[in-house]
Parts: sequence; structure tokens; C-alpha cells
Amino acid sequence: MNTPPLVAPGAVRPVIVGAGPAGLAAAQTLLAHGLRPVLIDEALKSGGQIYRRAPDGMQRSAKALYGFDHRRAQEAHQLGDRLADQLDYRPQTLVWNAEGQTLFLQSPDGLDSLSFSHLILATGATDRILPFPGWLLPGVFTLGGAQVALKYQGCAIGREVVLAGTGPLLYLVAWQYAKAGARVAAVLDTSRRFNQMRALPGLASNPGLLAKGLWYAAWLRAHGIALHAGVRLVKAQGESRVRSLLWEARAGDPLTLRETACDAVGFAYGLRSETQLAGLLGCTFQFDARARAWLPVRDAVGRTSRADVFVAGDGAGIEGADAAGIRGEQAALAVLADAGFAPNLRTIKRCANQRQHLARARRALDHAFPLPQEWAAQAEDSLVVCRCEEITVGKIRQAVREGGVREMNRIKALTRVGMGRCQGRMCGLAAAELVAFAAGADIREVGYLRSQPPVKPLTVGLVGSAPASNQEMETADG
Amino acid sequence: MMPDSAPLLCRIAEQQRPSCEFFLDGRRCIALVGDTLLTAVLTQQAVLRHTEFGGGPRAGFCLMGACQDCWIWLQDGSRVRACSTLIQPGMAVSTTAPVMP
Repeated sequence: MNTPPLVAPGAVRPVIVGAGPAGLAAAQTLLAHGLRPVLIDEALKSGGQIYRRAPDGMQRSAKALYGFDHRRAQEAHQLGDRLADQLDYRPQTLVWNAEGQTLFLQSPDGLDSLSFSHLILATGATDRILPFPGWLLPGVFTLGGAQVALKYQGCAIGREVVLAGTGPLLYLVAWQYAKAGARVAAVLDTSRRFNQMRALPGLASNPGLLAKGLWYAAWLRAHGIALHAGVRLVKAQGESRVRSLLWEARAGDPLTLRETACDAVGFAYGLRSETQLAGLLGCTFQFDARARAWLPVRDAVGRTSRADVFVAGDGAGIEGADAAGIRGEQAALAVLADAGFAPNLRTIKRCANQRQHLARARRALDHAFPLPQEWAAQAEDSLVVCRCEEITVGKIRQAVREGGVREMNRIKALTRVGMGRCQGRMCGLAAAELVAFAAGADIREVGYLRSQPPVKPLTVGLVGSAPASNQEMETADG
Repeated sequence: MMPDSAPLLCRIAEQQRPSCEFFLDGRRCIALVGDTLLTAVLTQQAVLRHTEFGGGPRAGFCLMGACQDCWIWLQDGSRVRACSTLIQPGMAVSTTAPVMP
């Protein structure tokens, strides 16, 4: 791996954002070629969300925390710890803005800026959300949030937990909860079993992925946990906290409304990529039909429309942790090649082969766990889409109907949807589905919300000392 | 039926950690070292804050620093994300915004 560089290492200042599987793999690859990248991460410890580590003092085994993936998790943690001393590693650091070749940072030490020659964005993903009535009630969390409560804090989100939505995470979290001793009242999958059966041949290209999912589902059934597929989430009921979940069973039988008593609901419909920094840096985006979202244009190894910006991992497109590691390595090899180093050709080829293999399995998963297609048609006008500023479905439909508007940034200006603290992370995709349906347009025609700095609100009190930036600081909290 | 004020989160592991004292809206409470503020508060009660729009109760949502739903306030008036801030012994947190002079 130690090919002598063709350029002086000092001239190359690579920066990686995100210390999950993609960012760590990228860092390792750059180090192996004699570069010392900066690795920036929001979390206290490396590992990303998937391999998120509990704070010091927690004692559960990796097997208890990560199930089948405990070896990979441990490897990632060991890698992160080993690299930390060799890198310029900056945990607990938020990149809140990016312009030109400068990143604007906030850490516990305050505000700072950092320039890069090559930037690898490995910013990961969050849960993909389609709201349902009652989703604002205390006790309703994302599936990823339910998992964080358990993995990171040793807590269940409630005493009687319903896990709902769709995606591989649904069954994993249900298994983790039941295994840890939480009461799982029901697992409600909005996809039909039909979809999952049809996907089996594709999943066979990665038997591990298939076996894990089936194993979790079989384990849950064997332990008497109710699994229902083809459902629709109707309403989380309660005054000041969740008391029950109303849902409809649709598959096969005549429509029946059912109520499951619970004090917590974890739900999501797969994952969405975190792309805001690529947006701020002016990378070109294109519509991705599989994600039903706009993602940075990238070549096979993660080069974006900007020669100095690369994307890797779930932040570039949802492919899962194993693919993220390969994507991170590929992006780092691309940086090396572009910077005049001569990375090992065999390594490049191995990455490409591994990635293609995983991509097939991923496509099959998407078929198994599709977004509920009828959501935008069925959402009631009173449903709140934006939890930051409490913008309703009705208000968005009105803007389309009366304003004749169908472009997401104009919708945002008219309704404030996506303008709140979360910057559209939670509501943006649902809002786009609503606008497209109301306008009778294809979802790609409505566009996507432009990124605005700060991508996350800064801690009050530090904003005044921000390094000069020619962009407005406003937005997040208005 | 469990009262509205009953805790939301339920500890099911890692309960052998040392405890630490903190103050929640002036009330003395006990958390465990390694708790986030979100865990510390929601193992006491079912609300983190009320929204400035509809006034409804909120208790966080994504728990990974993305949704910004879990803002609460510290004694010095600063605002933090409860899900990504670890508790410190003696910390005083408030579920309501400080009144600006």
C-alpha cells in the first residue's frame, strides 16, 4: 500500500466529515498512503450511528449491543481508536457551514474554520419519516432513536413499545428490544409480505443480509411477538403522551381498524441521506428514483461535480454499513489518484467488485420495504408535517392549489415548511411527496430544499464570535 | 392507567452505574453517570419542553442530533440539545425558556 507519492504530502490537506464506517475507512486508506487527514465528527466517539458506542462506564458486551454485527462493530471501534492518535481527529465537532474550500466548525472549544484541498463527506443518514396523526406526542420516536435509547443509554423508549414503519431496521430494533427485556407490543410493517417474497432472489446475492432479516423475524414470532405486514398507521392516541396506536390491517382481509395499547412508538420508513454540506458546497444534485430524493451526482468512486469534493457512505445514497466502508475506501483512493499518488490497482478493483455485489442486495431490500405509495393521497389536512413550526398538510396543499406553486423552495417560502430548526431533515421528503401529489406532478419535478447555513443551530452565545462568513447566519431559529 | 407525569423512558440495562444529582426545574433528581440530559429528564417525567407554536408537550424524536426537537435550557440560560449533552453532577436544567431581561 505504501506507494511513494508523486507530490509532496504537505500540499494535500484532506478532510473527512463523519467518523462512521465510510469516514473511518477513508481515513485508514489515506493514512496508509502517508497522508494525515483531519477527521471531523459530531459524536463523542467514532463509529457513526450504526456502530454508535455507549459513553464510558457502560458495560454491556458488543454482542448484546450489536447482535450479528458485533464483530464489525468492534473492528470499527478498534480502528477508530487506533487511528485517533495518527489523525487530526476532532470529535464533538459540527461542520455548520461550508464555502469554497473552507469548513466552519463548532466544537466545545468554540468556533473555528478549516481549509481543505480534498474533502470527503461521509455524513451518514437519518430515519426517513412520513408523519401520521399523533406523531408529535411524547413517546413517539424514530426507529433509529429507539435504537439509540437502548444502545447508547440502556433505556427502552417505553414499557409497552410498538415498532412500526418499514425497512430492515424495523426487525433489528424489535429483536434488540425484545432481547434486552423490553416489552414489544407489536411490530407493524407497512410493506406487504408479497414485496418481501418477491425480493428474495435479489437478496440471495448477499445471504447474510437475508438470513439476518429472516432470523430476526423468526425469533420474534417464536417469542410470541405479534408481527403484522401490510398495515397502515392511523393514529397515535393520547392527550399528553401516547396511550395506544390505531392501525389498519389491509393485506388480504377486508380492512379492519385495530388498536394496540402502548406507551411508546418507534417508526420510520428506511433511511435518508444527509446531504446538506454537499449542497452548501455547490455540488450538482440529481434525482434518484430509488431514494425518491435528490442526491449529489457522483461517479463510481464518489467524485462529485466538484473536483475537490467526494461523497461516501449512506450520506451519498443509502447502501448500508458494509458498502459504506468500501465507498469510503474508494473515495480515499480517488483522492489519492487525483492528488497524484499512485494507489494500488488491485485494491481499486477489489473495492469495485465488492461494491457491485452489495449494491444488488441493496436494490432487493428496497423492493422488500417500499415507501407506502398512498401516503400523500391519504394524509388529512390537519396532519402536522413540520414538527419544528407545526406546518400542516392543508397549508402545503393550499400553497399548491391557490398559489399554483410546485417548487419546494417556493413552497418553503410560502409555508415555512423546511425552514425550522431541523432544516427539513424530518419533513422535507414528506413535503415533497405532498406537493407532487397535490400538483399532479412527478416527484422529481418539485425539486429539493436548498441547504442553508447553519445546517444545525449553533449554541446560543457563541454565534457572535463566528469567523467571517459571507452568508447570512439567520434561518435556524428565525 | 399510568399517570401523565410518569417517566417516559424505562431503564432496562446499564443500571449499575454511579448515580449523580441534578436539578430539574429546581427539583432535586438523581441520574446515572453517562446519561444524556434527555435520558436524565425522561426517566423522571414525560416531557422535555413545550413548543413555542401550539404549546404541545415534546420529548425528543430522533435522539441523534438531527431533529432539534429536544432543546432544553441550562441554568446560565444557554440552550442545549438534550439528546447529545451528557449530564454533569449538579447540573440545573429547565424545561422552559429563560425569561429575557
